[in-house]
Amino acid sequence: MNHLIPPFDAYRVFVEPWTINLSQTLLMTSIALIVALSAALIGNYLVLRRMSMLGDAISHSALPGIVIAFLVSGSRDSFALTIGALVAGIVTTVLIEFIHRRSIVKVDAAIGIVFSMLFALGVLLIELAPHTDLDPDCVLFGQLEWLGVHASSDPMKALFASSQFQLLFGVFILTAALNLTFFKELLVSSFDPLLAGAQGFRPTLIHYSMMCMLSLVVVSAFEAVGAILVIAMLILPAATAYLLTNRLRTMITLSITHAVISTIGGIHLAVWLDCPASACMVIAGTFFFCIAWFIHTRPSRQVDDTQETESLTSSAESELAPQ
Amino acid sequence: MTPKFRHSPPFLALLIFMFAMPSEAHAAKISELVEVDLGDQFVRFFSLQDAAIRHILLGCLFMGINFGLLGSFVVVRRMALVGDTLSHAVLPGVAVGFLFTMSKEPWAILLGATMAGLLGAATVSWIQRSTRLKQDAALGMVLASFFAVGICLIKMIERIPSVNRSGLDHFFYGQAAALGRADLWMMGGTAVLSTIIVVLLYRPLLATSFDQVFARSIGLPERMLFHLLMLLLALAIVVALQAVGALMVSAMLITPATTAFLLTKRMHVMLCLATGLAIAAGMLGAFLSFVGEGLVSHTLPTGPSMALCAGGFFLLAFLFSPHHGLVSRYRRHLSQTRQITVENTLKAIYRAMESDRFKEEGIAVRRLAGDARETFEETMKRLRLLVRDGLATFASARGEVIYLTPEGLQHASRVVRNHRLWELYLTNEADYDADHVHADAEKVEHILGEDQVMELERYLDYPEQDPHGKRIPSLRDTQRLPLRDLAVKEEEVEP
Repeated sequence: MNHLIPPFDAYRVFVEPWTINLSQTLLMTSIALIVALSAALIGNYLVLRRMSMLGDAISHSALPGIVIAFLVSGSRDSFALTIGALVAGIVTTVLIEFIHRRSIVKVDAAIGIVFSMLFALGVLLIELAPHTDLDPDCVLFGQLEWLGVHASSDPMKALFASSQFQLLFGVFILTAALNLTFFKELLVSSFDPLLAGAQGFRPTLIHYSMMCMLSLVVVSAFEAVGAILVIAMLILPAATAYLLTNRLRTMITLSITHAVISTIGGIHLAVWLDCPASACMVIAGTFFFCIAWFIHTRPSRQVDDTQETESLTSSAESELAPQ
Repeated sequence: MTPKFRHSPPFLALLIFMFAMPSEAHAAKISELVEVDLGDQFVRFFSLQDAAIRHILLGCLFMGINFGLLGSFVVVRRMALVGDTLSHAVLPGVAVGFLFTMSKEPWAILLGATMAGLLGAATVSWIQRSTRLKQDAALGMVLASFFAVGICLIKMIERIPSVNRSGLDHFFYGQAAALGRADLWMMGGTAVLSTIIVVLLYRPLLATSFDQVFARSIGLPERMLFHLLMLLLALAIVVALQAVGALMVSAMLITPATTAFLLTKRMHVMLCLATGLAIAAGMLGAFLSFVGEGLVSHTLPTGPSMALCAGGFFLLAFLFSPHHGLVSRYRRHLSQTRQITVENTLKAIYRAMESDRFKEEGIAVRRLAGDARETFEETMKRLRLLVRDGLATFASARGEVIYLTPEGLQHASRVVRNHRLWELYLTNEADYDADHVHADAEKVEHILGEDQVMELERYLDYPEQDPHGKRIPSLRDTQRLPLRDLAVKEEEVEP
């Protein structure tokens, strides 16, 4: 039993990563941060639009896309696989919309059916295709540590040269840029699709572009954190921030803060417990969520739920008012 | 791939196995028993010679009962993704159950996993109750954070020296390899338990699933019933997880139930249908993967093929379900559109005859085309529909002239009667302007039933004229034919 949790050694946990293993820690932290930040940015809108589970769905249903891209291109080139996964993600979104708009099936059941079917298809394809040299563990479980192993003489240079980092960085820049450019559109359409429509924005277009963005983020985050834990990167920061504020701007800032501190905390936790870093980042994030939850449910802060929703909506409108 | 995960660290192998290849090992077991030959596979499957096949069919039966019954409630409660969450959230429970006994005791792991599942479900509803986060966010967070804790726990357990950790891998691994007697007992036990509870508590569960406010108002312990359902669900998921893996659990839980949801409106029918579909999908999937091994001559995973069979059933229901199917609805729409075209054409002919004061029996097609402002061909196309239905005939002798048959005339007067009565109703009772009522009546005339029209007529005190001064055909007109009568009446109406 004593072997279960390694003894806490402050020097080993806090100092060593930044002195002896500096280059590896830097590599891991930068990749983890970029993934966590892009996920947190888009996660805000997922939570507000009540579509959190879509992240989970897309991350699972990307598998057949990856397998088909692999079979078509015949290479494990990460660009081709990303395209495949992206297409699969978009197909998932369209199928979910189609099923739930064209029948009485509710959206949650539609999500569940579509992604489990696509995932089953992916597994079957791997089995049926001869000599598919695909390793599901690199799709389903992150290998943040593995990325660090590549650290050679000049780790930062190697990092910027690796195609995976370029992809992640590109996705992050794109997410951040879209967030800044279309902040107003995203704000209005998330809180009040009707108002957005009336103001001449196109809610459907915004929805589908967001889904494309989500697919990109999820797919690019795969290799680093894995398909199952990426949903935590999406939701935890946003959910934590949502408990603490009524304004979208503050919420985004808070979620970014949450992403940063849970990434760094998680990496130290991983060093302490000697566990996978992605899982530890999620645990750290959960811990911070629990703190926010505790603050939120303190008796003094207990406000009527409907009142809060109203104030949130009206704040959305007041943010719009000047323009 | 198989050699690959032999070399990878055990915890990864366990997880991959859990999510990617739920029953590869099981399939491998079957195919070791048989020569890979298609015909042979058929005979072997249906003769139930192999204990493994008997076991998996029995397993499908129990799992179908569990998931059919519980899945239906989960789907109608709009929490379909709870299965996905629970099947991931049991992972730390598995680890804790293992830690408790330091060996692979099935009961300890079952207990631990069920507790973790229940705790996950409770956390979801607690988050929903105490914060303004919605169900989707709560489910996602519980899924991921429990799973992360599970991964770390398993990683830590692996480091303990002196522990036969093959036991833990074996939990998902070995038992999936071949459904053992113990698994079947557990699955059978949960199936019996859920059947008993669903039968005994059918009405309370029904009430809480569809109308929580009502359920609370008649004093049902709503939250307790919810947790009971979650307990059953966690149990069912855990026993199925040991056998087939997490992917299939969430697929088999909701797909058959949603299929049944598309097919019926009654809850008890839905429960039976979902159970039947789940059993059928499970058995068909097992059969296909078994036979498929003969075709591709290597092992096929059973779980995904079961899930895909369930998905196939769903697709069929989605397209062809009598009420909600896409194709059925499209065909219904087509026949309605055709009916409306026919009735509008009949009405146009009636109007033309009316303006002749019913003196002419035949109406020139060119005139109809002119009235409707369409080409001759378009009008002919519409008229051919009438002729095909036996409502009108062409008189070839006098050129392009159309005659209504007696049935056609009856039908035409019925439509006109509906139209004009509705117009009158709108002007008299709903205070519409006389020039605003046409468009509305144009829609309603096709869907008014006989009873409604008679009631309308009674309500309006058997009127003779519509707001535009035209005569409203009476009930007798729609039942009797002679054109002469109409002509005579038309004379009477005219001042």
